[in-house]
Amino acid sequence: MSARSEKPVIRRDGPALGEAETHRRLSLSWATPPGLWGWLSSVDHKQVGRRYIVTAFVFFLLAGLLALAMRMQLSGPERTLLSPDRYNQIFTMHGTTMMFLFAVPVMEAFAIFLVPLMVGTRAIAFPRLNAFSYWVYLAGGVMLWVAFILNAGPDVGWFAYVPLSGPQFSPGKRVDFWAQMITFTEVAALAVSVEIIVTVFKQRAPGMSLNRIPLFVWGQLVTSFMVVFAMPAVMVSSSMLIMDRLIGTHFFNPAEGGDALLWQHLFWFFGHPEVYIIFLPATGFVSSILPTFARRPIFGYTALVLALFATGFLGFGLWVHHMFATGLPHLGNSFYTAASMTIAIPSGIQIFCWIATLWDGRPRFATPLLFVIGFIVVFVLGGLSGIMLASVPLDSQAHDTYFVVAHFHYVLIGGAVFPLFGAVYYWFPKFTGRMLSERAGAWNFWLFFIGFNLTFFPMHILGLIGMPRRVYSYPAGMGWDGPNLLASAGAVILAAGVATFLGNV
Amino acid sequence: MKRAGGLATAALTAAALTVLLTGCEGVQSALDPAGHQAGRIAGLWWLFLGVLTVIYLLVLAGLLIAAIRPRRRGRLHQGPAFAKEPPIERRLTRGLTAWAVGTGVIILTLTGLSYAVDRDVLGLTGRAELEIEVTAKQWWWQVKYNDPVPSRSFETANEIRLPVGVPVRVVLKSQDVIHSFWVPNLHGKTDLIPGRVNETTLTADREGRFRGQCAEFCGFQHANMALDVLAMPRDRFDAWRAAQLSSAPAPGDALQEQGRQVFLSSACVMCHTIHGTSAASRVGPDLTHVAGRLSLAAGTLPYNKGNLAGWIADPQRIKPGTRMPVTGLSPDQLQGVVAYLDSLK
Ligand code: HEC
Ligand code: HEM
Ligand SMILES: [Cu+2]
Ligand SMILES: [Cu+2]
Repeated sequence: MSARSEKPVIRRDGPALGEAETHRRLSLSWATPPGLWGWLSSVDHKQVGRRYIVTAFVFFLLAGLLALAMRMQLSGPERTLLSPDRYNQIFTMHGTTMMFLFAVPVMEAFAIFLVPLMVGTRAIAFPRLNAFSYWVYLAGGVMLWVAFILNAGPDVGWFAYVPLSGPQFSPGKRVDFWAQMITFTEVAALAVSVEIIVTVFKQRAPGMSLNRIPLFVWGQLVTSFMVVFAMPAVMVSSSMLIMDRLIGTHFFNPAEGGDALLWQHLFWFFGHPEVYIIFLPATGFVSSILPTFARRPIFGYTALVLALFATGFLGFGLWVHHMFATGLPHLGNSFYTAASMTIAIPSGIQIFCWIATLWDGRPRFATPLLFVIGFIVVFVLGGLSGIMLASVPLDSQAHDTYFVVAHFHYVLIGGAVFPLFGAVYYWFPKFTGRMLSERAGAWNFWLFFIGFNLTFFPMHILGLIGMPRRVYSYPAGMGWDGPNLLASAGAVILAAGVATFLGNV
Repeated sequence: MKRAGGLATAALTAAALTVLLTGCEGVQSALDPAGHQAGRIAGLWWLFLGVLTVIYLLVLAGLLIAAIRPRRRGRLHQGPAFAKEPPIERRLTRGLTAWAVGTGVIILTLTGLSYAVDRDVLGLTGRAELEIEVTAKQWWWQVKYNDPVPSRSFETANEIRLPVGVPVRVVLKSQDVIHSFWVPNLHGKTDLIPGRVNETTLTADREGRFRGQCAEFCGFQHANMALDVLAMPRDRFDAWRAAQLSSAPAPGDALQEQGRQVFLSSACVMCHTIHGTSAASRVGPDLTHVAGRLSLAAGTLPYNKGNLAGWIADPQRIKPGTRMPVTGLSPDQLQGVVAYLDSLK
């Protein structure tokens, strides 16, 4: 008998193993297996988190290129750079990619990487589910983009209103790809949310009571609950759309007793919370960065946590403000006006706490802090234009115009992308072991900040003087040429800001 | 650093305001109201803008001071915030409470004002003296002037004329996808939804020509789905209305007569109506008085003979994707058809 076949006696565990052996065995089971297969099958939350972040940024860049193309097309009246069909695909792909493949996933990605570290546990709960969620997300995104490259990209807007997106008015496969992508990314988001909730509730380090977890973790926890309640609505509606399109059901077909507005209710019941799903994690970034660079503990921990709860709760009671023009009962609309405005209170509280922290601190203006300050400047403006949109009469004019495009970029880029850049500068050493250049960081910030305002501020005016959104071109002589040109020039500066960022990482 | 940011923002705001003040007059502008509702909404807008600008400036000022105010040297704060309650913490908490209460009061006031304007704007409903039925189609507007006496009803397209000072009920329908009816100088928008009937009321306070545009994405040519709105004195409106009720005038010369023959014997009859002839299809716009309109193909081209010829020769080049096909008329035929249609005032 050869020595090889002699099985060693395995003593299962216990102190008898000795320190060195315990360590060896644990390393073996925790480490990522070697080789390509190991890389692919890794379930380490840090590795999956990094992968998620990189993928989400790739989608951000792709969608950003589409935005540039749109701005070039709209830089002057009646330009013909893009055909109507291309333009319609491009704005749909831009919105869809930014919302479903960039903004939500990148926030989840940071949670996957940071939450386990912050609550002091070795791995995220359900690590295999976590890895699975990444692959599902990637598959959804790649499918959508391959379709787009093959000229089968969706062309009905990121909220795909029926009946336009239904079988009668959108034959072909374009909308099917869109609806299928929704299902993929939402499954991923739900999986991650469950992991975060369990990690926070079950795997905190001994002694870390809930009133001691970092605000970043609170933000991610509230967000995860919102995902769990919001995403099923869009999964249901997109599945109903798929059934209408592929197996002849009539959920949304008014001719057969279906209802076109049902889609809007279901979509916005998800769609409005969606923006808080993007924004609340970003508040976590802000609450992490500020104390570090203001060199003072955050002011108002309890108030900030309560504001998160309030936002998470109220966020579900606002969706009808996307539907004020549909002719719903007026009294009901007024209720949603009041509810939408109420959400300004928790947001106001958060802003106050952050400014107070800065006020009483001794700030060091490193790049992350610059981005946080930019965040406040931009986001507050977006919040205030949101108060305007919450008013039924004002919305009846501003709805579906460039005013709304301005508003939501102020809240989405202001509320999520500024903090996100700050967070990348802040945590980059943690992710990679390398510091980013501060000089390039300042350039990055100023180009981005100035470019952003040049691009999007004029859009408020454009909307008020009559320019609807989602138009591939516009006639001359409407007074729209100047603001549009300004916006397009701003987009180039904005792109330079993003390029500096790329150069820096 | 921050000061530069403030300066940049101020410069931006100044530049923006200049553009704003020069740009708000227009045929499709919510800030240049010509009707009761748009006027009330614009008033509300300036009020909101004023109040919210003050709040914004307060926040910016707070942020600026927080960033650059001189600091005492000395120890940095230590320990977690919740562990101790130094006096500054208490003062900030009081500030926070005041701020939250202040926000609440302002929000409540704005909600109240918004509600009041909403009621006021709706107040006109039910006082209408005229009813227009607008049906949106991909990508044009069918406009019917309804009258209890059927012979006094008529149809036109992409154009609405109203008497000044008279509330007009606009019934909104759609036969395909969702569109949105928006004439910003007169009123905010209302959607046209298949399977539902919506309505809105318009009142023009002064004469003028305004432009409306579909505001809900409705597919390929959503960008070229506009309409003209003409507010005119009552007597001119009545005259126009009487003229619209008549059938198409008979051809005035041989070329027009030839054009009429071509129209009635080619594909055109399969989609269009001309009262007084055998053409009676409703797929496309009613052409009975097409030459009296201000524009063609839902605001895509201003109306003139040249544009009419260009449109009929190749609608797909002018408005790619439109539901009107290229009909392949010979140059002679085209000349006749254009002469005929151009006589339909
Ligand atoms: C298949 C149906 C169809 C046929 C055939 C057709 N049209 Fe049209 N036509 C339309 C539609 C639909 C529109 C509205 C197009 C738009 O605005 O997008 C239209 C618009 C027009 C307009 C502009 C009306 C306005 O008020 O803006 C004119 C003029 C016109 N057609 C003339 C003709 C003539 C002349 C012919 C025959 C040579 C013809 N059409 C054949 C469907 C048709
Ligand atoms: C990077 C710079 C960006 C630029 C220059 C830009 C530009 C634009 C423009 C011009 C439109 C309007 C298209 C139209 O209505 O015709 C648009 C739409 C949109 N953008 Fe952006 N955008 C940018 C970043 C973002 C980001 C970061 C997000 C989200 C996180 C975002 C989300 C959206 C959405 C949801 C729409 C609506 C799409 C639709 O109407 O279906 N954008 N963008
Ligand atoms: Cu339309
Ligand atoms: Cu439209």
